[in-house]
Amino acid sequence: MKRLPMTLVAGALLTAVFAVAALVSLAWTPHAVEGMNIATRLQPPGADHWFGTDHFGRDILSMIMVGARTSIAVAVIAVGMGMVLGVPLGLLAAANRGGLIDEVIMRGNDLVFAFPALVIAILITAVFGPSAVNAIIAIGIFNTPVFARVTRGGALSLWTLDYIRAARVAGKGAGRISIEHILPNIANLLIVQGTIQFSLGILAEAALSYVGLGAQPPTPSWGRMLAEAQTMIAMAPHLAIIPGLAIVLTVLGLNLMGDGLRDILDPKLRRAR
Amino acid sequence: MSLISVENLSLDIYGTPILRDVSFDIAQGKVFGLVGESGSGKSMTSLALMKLLPDGARRSGRAVIDGRDLFALDEAAMCAIRGNQIGMIFQEPMTALNPVQTIGDQVAETLVVHGVAKRAEALAIAREKLDRVGLDGARFPLDRYPHELSGGQRQRVCIAMAVALRPRLLIADEPTTALDVTTQAQILDLLRGLVEEEGMSLLMITHDLAVVSGLADHVAVMQEGRIVEQGPTEELFRTRAHDYTQRLFAASAHRPAREPTVTDEILLTVEDARRSYALPRRSLFGTAPKLEAVRGVSFTLRKGESLGLVGESGCGKSTLTRAILGLEDLQGGSIRLFDREPVKPGMANALRAGLQVVFQDPYGSFNPRWKVSRLVAEPFHLMPHPPADARDRVNDALVEVGLRPDDADKYIHEFSGGQRQRIAIARALINRPDLIVLDEAVSALDVRVRAQILDLLARLQETHGLGYLFISHDLHVVRAITDRVMVMKAGEIVETGETEAVFANPQHPYTRQLIAATPTIPAQWQMQEHA
Repeated sequence: MKRLPMTLVAGALLTAVFAVAALVSLAWTPHAVEGMNIATRLQPPGADHWFGTDHFGRDILSMIMVGARTSIAVAVIAVGMGMVLGVPLGLLAAANRGGLIDEVIMRGNDLVFAFPALVIAILITAVFGPSAVNAIIAIGIFNTPVFARVTRGGALSLWTLDYIRAARVAGKGAGRISIEHILPNIANLLIVQGTIQFSLGILAEAALSYVGLGAQPPTPSWGRMLAEAQTMIAMAPHLAIIPGLAIVLTVLGLNLMGDGLRDILDPKLRRAR
Repeated sequence: MSLISVENLSLDIYGTPILRDVSFDIAQGKVFGLVGESGSGKSMTSLALMKLLPDGARRSGRAVIDGRDLFALDEAAMCAIRGNQIGMIFQEPMTALNPVQTIGDQVAETLVVHGVAKRAEALAIAREKLDRVGLDGARFPLDRYPHELSGGQRQRVCIAMAVALRPRLLIADEPTTALDVTTQAQILDLLRGLVEEEGMSLLMITHDLAVVSGLADHVAVMQEGRIVEQGPTEELFRTRAHDYTQRLFAASAHRPAREPTVTDEILLTVEDARRSYALPRRSLFGTAPKLEAVRGVSFTLRKGESLGLVGESGCGKSTLTRAILGLEDLQGGSIRLFDREPVKPGMANALRAGLQVVFQDPYGSFNPRWKVSRLVAEPFHLMPHPPADARDRVNDALVEVGLRPDDADKYIHEFSGGQRQRIAIARALINRPDLIVLDEAVSALDVRVRAQILDLLARLQETHGLGYLFISHDLHVVRAITDRVMVMKAGEIVETGETEAVFANPQHPYTRQLIAATPTIPAQWQMQEHA
């Protein structure tokens, strides 16, 4: 690990820009996000408003910063929920490999996978009402089988190793072995998968907000900014371009970071570079 | 008349020296053996000849074949030579074939790629070659897939691929190391026959002196990237001029000094053990056929005794081992330590504490994220409370297996294969068990390291009064370390007795077959014994 891969550095920098923006927005934004000012509406990017203003005269930079907070919060909690549910399920399935519990868990996974994720997310938010919390739940549910599969796959190959057999000879049960031996050795897989799911979570949040089922006004959200910009795209293209770029760059950054992490964490790929 | 001559081959990989001034000639139609321990550079020498070196490799020297220097050729010219002039077979027949292509296609591919035949014609030649390597058309049609073949049969397919174009040089890198002894004997016969009939030269790379002694005309001994000694096989084996060669020979014939103190107390009783597995159903409604892995095995092992279990892969010894370790249920019969409760999965920890194990693979036996102190202490889990002097006992165990107490704070990747096997033994000893199952425990080690580990095992047995169940396919090792031996075939013990008696006078035809198939260095070559 003498030199970090370029992808990791670039991805981490991009991600850090948005993470810092989100954190700063907690304490300070250039303008009040909810402050409407019809007099300065639809201004192009300039000295006072770096990214311009929208049709209510709100400062776009400030909205992007707060929007980053929304996106990151939704994605982090959703991925966390997927991990908390999926990883134990995957470990349980691997510990009972070939048995009934394994079969039930994995077929349950297939069932969740079989539904188009976004459509079900729309259904959930439509039934329980649109809100950031419901978006989190919807995205989290669809993250669960992804983590269950990755966990089971990684764990299955470990279960055949001699040190697992040695642990069984030392009288350790499947649960203890899963936590002491399996989990630390698949952590790298989970970290890489986590970053990738994180970027998918941001996309999903943007998509739900775009159709009005994510975070509700007045909380700014990248997806809704895009939706609102739609009707004014000819007059003020920056309204669409800026949140669009924010989404693209965040997702790109996270994916690059995931790739880079895999390069340094996976010993099988390390030598091939 | 030499076919290929390698002159002053040196190789660095990312600045690490791998080979230094390696020079040898391989004569037309002769077998050249390259012997050495792991990491001595034998495989890298062959990869350098094929120009298949890993990234970061820098090479100097010459390899002349037909007046052309292979190292001066570009990749396109080299592609024409690979397969055509030089063929190669590898150690692991399980991964050397493409699982989604039929064996016929894979053999024919070589011919098509080199443009010597169209597909139909190539398939006809492939058939011929497969017949030649002993895979007849009736049982092995061209449309078989690799997974339908055994390891030995796959290695035959690899050989057919390598010789399809009648290359002038065949490189065989440990071609029989992954195979059973009887299969090994057949493959060695096949290679010998091919060299004689086709006038091909063979570069035979192996760690096994006995294999080389029966096959090679010339031998070179490699150590740390250099050839320390080379010459005609018999002459080299008789004189052993170089100090390293002597040590290699001494180690491969090494027998630990043992003074077994076998008591009369029965430590392990296996009674009529049975275990079968359901195979996939052949038809929708038929009952699933069964594979009877262990069919009524009974034996006893006494305290302080070392009992060998030999057999080839698939004979059921792994299943039996798992049952004895209490990792798997039996379907009939019982396994007991002393006169305690039967051994089975879910047995009480106090019962389990009497049993420990050392596995074959020193690299897969340890959690890479734990320190040695924690790895060695793992069996303390079997005690109701971890002992107060746990750390002292870990240190003692490390000292006992020849390591230092401060090794406890290192991670496992800092140790060599032999040191790891010592750590595995320390882990097995820490709880002072009565029985240690040694499951091919020295099979993956180089001869000199193996000799040291065998000495260690012999010493520990005396000081601790341990019982060993020594499972191995290597008859030399079993003969060196055990008091009694059992021969297992197809789930049954076919012969059992005092080790020396069984080896000197085998009764069962299968035992005789095994002993006959085991390569040995001719006894008269050993006459001039060096101190």
